[in-house]
Amino acid sequence: MSTLLSKLLTLLLLILISGGVARAATLSISCGAVGKELSLCRQGVEAWSQRTGHHVKVVATPNSATERFALYQQILASHSSDIDILQIDVVWPGTLAPHLVDLSQYIGGDVTQQYFPALIANNTIAGKLVALPWFTNAGVLYYRKDLLKKYHAQPPATWQQLTATARRIQDAERRAGNPRMQGFVFQAKGYEGLTCDALEWIDSFGGGALVDADGTVTVDNPRAVAALQLAASWIGDIAPQGVLNYDEEESRGVFQSGNAVFMRNWPYAWALGNAADSPIRGRIGVVALPAGGPDGHQTGTLGGWQLAVSRYSQHPELAADLVRHLTAYAEQKRRAIAGSYNPAIPALYRDKEVLAAVPFFGTLYTTFEHAVARPSRIAGSKYARVSAEFYYAVHDVLSGKTEAAPALAALQSKLTRLSRGGQW
Amino acid sequence: MRARTSRLTHQRVRAAWLFLAPVLLVLALVAGWPLLKTIAYGFTDASLIDPASAKFVGFDNFSYLLLDANWWAAVWNTVVFAVVSVALETALGLIIALALNAQFPGRGGLRAAILIPWAIPTVVSAQMWSWMFNDVFGVINHILLALGLIAQPIAWLASPDTALLAIILVDVWKTTPFMALLLLAGLQMLPQECFESARVDGVHPLKVFLRVTLPLLKPALMVAVIFRLLDALRMFDLVYVMSGNSRDTMSMSVYARQQLIDFGDLGFGSAAATLIFAIIALFTVVYLTVARVGRED
Amino acid sequence: MQRRTKRLIGKSAFYLLLAVIVLYTVFPFYWAVVSSLKSGSALFQVEFWPAHPQWHNYLAVFREQPFGRNILNSLFVAVSTVALSLALALAAAWSLGRVRFRGRTLLLLVILGVSMFPQIAVLSGMFELISSLGLYNNLLALSFSYLIFTLPFTVWVLTTFMRELPKELEEAAIVDGATPLTIVTRVFMPLMGPALVTTGLLAFIAAWNEFLFALTFTLSGDMRTVPVAIALISGASEHELPWGNIMAASVIVTVPLIALVLVFQRRIVSGLTAGAIKG
Repeated sequence: MSTLLSKLLTLLLLILISGGVARAATLSISCGAVGKELSLCRQGVEAWSQRTGHHVKVVATPNSATERFALYQQILASHSSDIDILQIDVVWPGTLAPHLVDLSQYIGGDVTQQYFPALIANNTIAGKLVALPWFTNAGVLYYRKDLLKKYHAQPPATWQQLTATARRIQDAERRAGNPRMQGFVFQAKGYEGLTCDALEWIDSFGGGALVDADGTVTVDNPRAVAALQLAASWIGDIAPQGVLNYDEEESRGVFQSGNAVFMRNWPYAWALGNAADSPIRGRIGVVALPAGGPDGHQTGTLGGWQLAVSRYSQHPELAADLVRHLTAYAEQKRRAIAGSYNPAIPALYRDKEVLAAVPFFGTLYTTFEHAVARPSRIAGSKYARVSAEFYYAVHDVLSGKTEAAPALAALQSKLTRLSRGGQW
Repeated sequence: MRARTSRLTHQRVRAAWLFLAPVLLVLALVAGWPLLKTIAYGFTDASLIDPASAKFVGFDNFSYLLLDANWWAAVWNTVVFAVVSVALETALGLIIALALNAQFPGRGGLRAAILIPWAIPTVVSAQMWSWMFNDVFGVINHILLALGLIAQPIAWLASPDTALLAIILVDVWKTTPFMALLLLAGLQMLPQECFESARVDGVHPLKVFLRVTLPLLKPALMVAVIFRLLDALRMFDLVYVMSGNSRDTMSMSVYARQQLIDFGDLGFGSAAATLIFAIIALFTVVYLTVARVGRED
Repeated sequence: MQRRTKRLIGKSAFYLLLAVIVLYTVFPFYWAVVSSLKSGSALFQVEFWPAHPQWHNYLAVFREQPFGRNILNSLFVAVSTVALSLALALAAAWSLGRVRFRGRTLLLLVILGVSMFPQIAVLSGMFELISSLGLYNNLLALSFSYLIFTLPFTVWVLTTFMRELPKELEEAAIVDGATPLTIVTRVFMPLMGPALVTTGLLAFIAAWNEFLFALTFTLSGDMRTVPVAIALISGASEHELPWGNIMAASVIVTVPLIALVLVFQRRIVSGLTAGAIKG
């Protein structure tokens, strides 16, 4: 058995080596894992392959962002050319920048202009454009159209309204014989997802984005305290205690099984909630996340993925060309229609064919345009630590271990020390 | 004659070293070298993304580590986890072993049943259990509610009071088979005469167990416990999959991973990893001294 | 009469206890089987037997990734790890178990110490070693790195077995002028059958289930082993977890392992016996 296998392996190795000698270059790209994401990437890559005659290998990397990040760091740190093109999260450019190619030498300003300026700014580290935006993402609010109609409620415009509506419908439904009904589910497990959720609360109250543009830590302010106080009041009231260990899929599980009135999640839940076997199919509405009171504003945390080229690639120019192809208008349009991936190009939100496929792209355009960025650019390689300190503090407030005000004061001094007084 | 014997002994000792050489070489390469590397990194400010630009910082990492409340929380969690789960596994494993040692119909089926948890990859079983523990659509709350044992669904993994307990429950599930098998092996080695005479004398079974079985089983028990204890002190994947980096359940290995991988702090993470190794080695030394296992007769 | 009732109660209590234990160990696996027969939203409903059992998860596992290839990879890694560690450990066990020389207790303790390294402590050093040997994204990297946890275990158990065997066997061979190599391969190896099977099986399960190294040292889908392949099964979009497929894959790889354990269970028990007592 093992000798047969090793023979096969040797044969495979020989094929691989001889393939490398041939004239056409072989690139490898990491994009998504399996499923629709992977097949969409494959189709896009194949189109480029056929046009240019170069071979491209699609490498499936871990679906979990943290695992993928660890893998990238190790591959890049060993200066390996195993991956030419990396699909990177919106919060990674600051850390990975030293190992990425400056794409502006291959791609002109006329091309970069078409993207959301916030994303281009996010991907420009120390004057180097290290990645091109591929698709964007922002938190949105899902609600049960049928339940809101039944209880004559409107989709909430503020978190306070959401709290009241959720409580009213939840209590009424429970009395009506559905003891599992929850008012609101979101992501409050201690991980990056909680950073996204909590940043939305604080920003919607006008409490800033943890760190301001010049690097000063701003998280300890009355508005942020008010936001966290409200959020902490949800636990055990409109949100189950279990939400403290929920990630995206667990919140979707509760919502999609018909057990929640509202849910905060990414746009991906739309297609799944409306799948043929979904119990709540056709009964889901999507709006922008509420504002933090009358003087707050609607917001959503900026997510999404970029494409970057490794500095250790053997063919940086070809790789940059593939990146340009994949992030171009036509390809992003195809992905928006076929997979409801949010385009990173504003013009596509006015495209009729795109809007026909995903109606809420039009109504939520401002959410995507004004999404609030996590402080990854300014914190650079310290971002992961900043995020962890933040979600630990928020998690303690939500679980009732500490009060919002002292927790944020402690966080403020921790982050200030970490940032060396705002120097980073 | 004597000269021949000593030459033979000499030859044998030389052959012994020759035969040992491959193992020692492989272990030096596969374990020794990475470990030395990790210990060395512990004294630098190396980052995962650029290890080459590391600077020597002396004992800085270690002194920060000793002042970090999160680290001590992780140490405490790990010790609680290790002690409680090994104790439960030992008790349960002993019960299963005693049952399997008795003759009764369906023994083969029981033996097969207890081996199942052991054969499922930990990554998968951890995910499976966290799905079952879910407060709203999890099957465990469903059953407990249906039986009337609880009035409200419990958020097992979210509440600090139950999260560690839930993880211990899964670990016990996963590793009791190993314990049961080792103890069963020990039981089957025991001389039957002691039990025969005890039965003839009409001694109460519980007394037989406490006075005869347990003392005789002690060596097997000690070995089983050390292997499990060391495993439990290193525990990682179960906690990591079931509750991520939550501070309520974080173990020492999860802490080291967070520093090393999530924060990309190779220096600090390596210092933590070094300290874990030191702690486990300390445990081992103490245990081997107390239990006198691994000694030559 | 009273004694009979007492015995009956005792017996029922015994069987009740066994039933609880079996429920505890088997139920999660049963739940995995049930989940693997569900799809989409049915996964979020609690049903003790799926209303509409579906097999397509099992097909999807093989369609959406080279899962057959992943199984072969795992087999190759596990078998080569076991073969390597048994060969190395057998030689070492003869030295440590049959020959008296200074420092052998110390060596045994050092070897035991190796099995106390937290995996995470050697991960970064191991990654450098693997890439400097040019073994990155190669199955041999796994066979090689797995020796860190299989070798100490196999050396210890085989050493204790070697010690058990009677002296006369070897003495006869020495008188015939046999070299140590002949003694190990011709005299001891045939006698060590059960021990080799036991330790081999335990090492096999450890290598088959390993996750962290396999995730870190392989990259492409066709080089992955089973646990990594399962962990990396993902849904149509970023956050979706296709639970049905994951459970189907888990059942697919667990069933042969359970069969393997069932076939060898008598040997596991008798094999571990010697190791456990002598330590």
